[in-house]
Amino acid sequence: MRSSVIVFPGSNCDRDVAVALQNFNFKNQMVWHDESNLPKTDLVVLPGGFSYGDYLRTGCIASKSKIIDDIIKHGKKGGLILGICNGFQILIETGLLKGSLLRNKKLKFISKNVYLKVSNVNNKFCSKYGKNQTIKLPIAHNEGNFFTDDDQLKEFEDNDQIAFKYCNKDGFISSISNPNGSSNNIAGILNLEKNILGMMPHPERLIDPILSGEDGSTLFESLLKL
Amino acid sequence: MEISAEIIDKHGIKPDEYKKIVSLIGRKPNLLELGIFSAMWNEHCSYKSSKKYLRTLPTTNNKVIQGPGENAGIVDIEDDDALVFKIESHNHPSYLEPYQGAATGVGGILRDVFTMGARPIATLNSIHFGDQNHPKTKNLINGVVSGIGGYGNCMGIPNVGGEVKFNSSYNGNNLVNAMAVGLVKKNKIFYSKAKGINQPVIYVGSKTGRDGIHGASMASTEFNEDAEEKKPTVQVGDPFTEKLLLEACLELMKDDSIISIQDMGAAGLTSSSIEMASKGNLGIEIDLNKIPCREKEMTPYEMMLSESQERMLLILNSGKEEVARSIFTKWGLDFSIIGKTTDTKNIVLNFEGNQVANLPLSSLSYEAPVYDRKWKKNSNVKKVQKPDTISNYKILESFKKILTSPNNSKKNWVWEQYDSTVMGDTVKKPGGDSGVIRIHGKNKGVAITVDSSAHYCLADPIIGGKQVVSEAWRNLISVGANPIAITNCLNFGNPEKEKIMGQFVETIDGISQACRYLDFPVVSGNVSFYNETNNKAISPTPTIGGVGLIKDLDKLVSNNFQDINNKILVIGKTTGHLHQSEFFREVMDFDDGPPPEVNLFNEKNNGLIVKKLISKRLLKSVHDVSSGGILLALSEMCNSMEIGAKIKVPRNNIGLHEYLFGEDQSRYIVEVTEKNIKEASDILKENSIYFELIGLTQKESFDLDNEFKINLEELNELSLSWFKNYFNEN
Repeated sequence: MRSSVIVFPGSNCDRDVAVALQNFNFKNQMVWHDESNLPKTDLVVLPGGFSYGDYLRTGCIASKSKIIDDIIKHGKKGGLILGICNGFQILIETGLLKGSLLRNKKLKFISKNVYLKVSNVNNKFCSKYGKNQTIKLPIAHNEGNFFTDDDQLKEFEDNDQIAFKYCNKDGFISSISNPNGSSNNIAGILNLEKNILGMMPHPERLIDPILSGEDGSTLFESLLKL
Repeated sequence: MEISAEIIDKHGIKPDEYKKIVSLIGRKPNLLELGIFSAMWNEHCSYKSSKKYLRTLPTTNNKVIQGPGENAGIVDIEDDDALVFKIESHNHPSYLEPYQGAATGVGGILRDVFTMGARPIATLNSIHFGDQNHPKTKNLINGVVSGIGGYGNCMGIPNVGGEVKFNSSYNGNNLVNAMAVGLVKKNKIFYSKAKGINQPVIYVGSKTGRDGIHGASMASTEFNEDAEEKKPTVQVGDPFTEKLLLEACLELMKDDSIISIQDMGAAGLTSSSIEMASKGNLGIEIDLNKIPCREKEMTPYEMMLSESQERMLLILNSGKEEVARSIFTKWGLDFSIIGKTTDTKNIVLNFEGNQVANLPLSSLSYEAPVYDRKWKKNSNVKKVQKPDTISNYKILESFKKILTSPNNSKKNWVWEQYDSTVMGDTVKKPGGDSGVIRIHGKNKGVAITVDSSAHYCLADPIIGGKQVVSEAWRNLISVGANPIAITNCLNFGNPEKEKIMGQFVETIDGISQACRYLDFPVVSGNVSFYNETNNKAISPTPTIGGVGLIKDLDKLVSNNFQDINNKILVIGKTTGHLHQSEFFREVMDFDDGPPPEVNLFNEKNNGLIVKKLISKRLLKSVHDVSSGGILLALSEMCNSMEIGAKIKVPRNNIGLHEYLFGEDQSRYIVEVTEKNIKEASDILKENSIYFELIGLTQKESFDLDNEFKINLEELNELSLSWFKNYFNEN
């Protein structure tokens, strides 16, 4: 399984996700944002961080990088794309995923472990999770408040495009378990074809029991199963 | 332009200092030169009041690779790995402009670490604010916390701990002390000492603007009503550029292009160029027309004194310019060859074809003034009687009062604004005794803590100095680490006052005693004087950042109770010292008397044996007993919200309040299984360590004899409540 991690100026989870991919025996390469051609790859990962300082709208400038055209082509052909945190914000800006990511409801950066319900396991990213399994992953973001209108939300629900929802320890989904104010507690969404996933939580940070959990490992194992 | 007495005074230079300048250079300085002297001779850069005493601190042991005097200290952590670390203050700017002041504090300390070739792997900070009801406090916390987060989060360096404290002595001067820790290979360390003549001097990073001019001088005087007017001396941070600078520097450092490197911190281009050249016993020549400027028509004076952030000065091996240029260009950073090293032992500045300054480097460095200031003894406070109303205070109510006070409440509101898990190696996040970071790709880790105990130091600076070092040592022991060395940030008022100077001198004495005894040397740090507004000084606040090595992360120990029906022991003797305790201060509003004495023999003996018990895997959890005494320590061990404790106070002759709230030093609480209790007790007895059984772990609640029973959810809510209420986040 080949993977490519795209490095933008200001990416800061690029190494972390590369380490995770290598741990799971992906053949990974780092791709500089200024390249115009994507190397042969099965999976493209847009890592977390603060691309271009996020001084404009988060992810906005990165979405205009040279490499992005090729990434869009890769996605349209059915190639896998995973956007984590800032990577999710970039995917939104490219239009590959719908909706928007606003500032967190309390207007503060949030860094903590949260519980997530895996809402869709019929996709290549989550196939090894149990349906409606509750998992624990860290979030660390300032703009993770997923927002879209009611029609779009209904479409997401009807088409089974929601991958993860924030919940409590027992899997119960409510406004109390919603850390950032996201519509319908959405933490991660898929495109209609389910080959593109954007998520705010960081699976690459929880792949080791000594770091208080391994719930992120399952995502990488799912991708390997292809 | 004639240099008038008024201009000299505005530069913070005293009349006799000006005379010294004239005699050192044999003529009157021009305005630019005066500005350079002002930048180099101010307290912040020259350490003129503190030098004499800093020299008395122990700075070596067999782990120390680099002690004070470089950008940061370095210690050996085995297998060719070394740890680079330092703590630094950014107090004055953070009071004037809390977000930018705190942010650039983090930026500055990170540069100190990666300048030496290390990738930063953790940050911590110690922040002090005024009284919760002071009108500025809420705004300052918000600004400082989001500033620290804003910079560190963007850089992608995990924050693993620190402390947040409140006291009215900080009403006019809050403190922001930021610590950074980096990892480097022992044979890839970079230093600031210039070598060789005619080597190119390179400027990289952001452009130079008009921000932060005279920042270091500003931080070398007190505040008064006009403090607000000094806002323009605060720099503005750009963490994105710093991230690029970090990556570009580390990329260039992979080969042998760099001879020496130094960040442009306090006093910017002036101090970096002068320090590099004078350390190498060379001269330096700079063409100021080559400085990348952000604004038009900047004068030499502005360029030399700007404290614009995210800039570095490099001396390259001649011939490596283009290799370096291509790396910095790739990262979108300015790169300019601005001058060369010379053999003149002078700094020469040229602008538009004219020589605009020419000063002997010696006059700016080792011939700078050093003062032996007068000081007055503050230590050896008289014993005072305990108030006779202690027993009127109910245990549960007192405990709740302490738990819900700003100083003792849980700081999740703060920690959750800092990214603590980026880089994927965070083993222990903020909120425990020490943060722990795994060394990437290995099964060893470093434990890191920052501590201060200003009210102990105010009551008795010698005891306070000893205590704060011991506390850092204890916090490292409590996670199973071998303590290695410390960095210190010494925050005080105006040293020209005998009382303040006395606090400083005696605090150093205490720190020095503890560091020597515990073999815990000081490898870096800074001094921040003049934390004073309208003649009101802060409490003496030495902040100690300690690091330790955990050789085998499988032996890491938790600070929280792990399982039910285990025995809970208090290691170390409880005598019930209540003066300066949280019980006296928070509950009874009584703050006279001496702080608890630290017996360094017991400190070391207890600590080393606790560490031995941890390495033999005889302990399920460990926590040191510090502010708030045994009762607060126990409640903190119930943090998992699953395992609590049933406590029965052993028979003693010191009174219940004294037993539960006393802040005697050198104590730990440990959890031991039935199976291991005999082996653990035998080791403690063999080493003559006092310990006693105080209860058992149990499910769901924290119970004390017949006094109370608190459900763990409720306990957790109580300890979080202060911040939630203060910021209206219920």
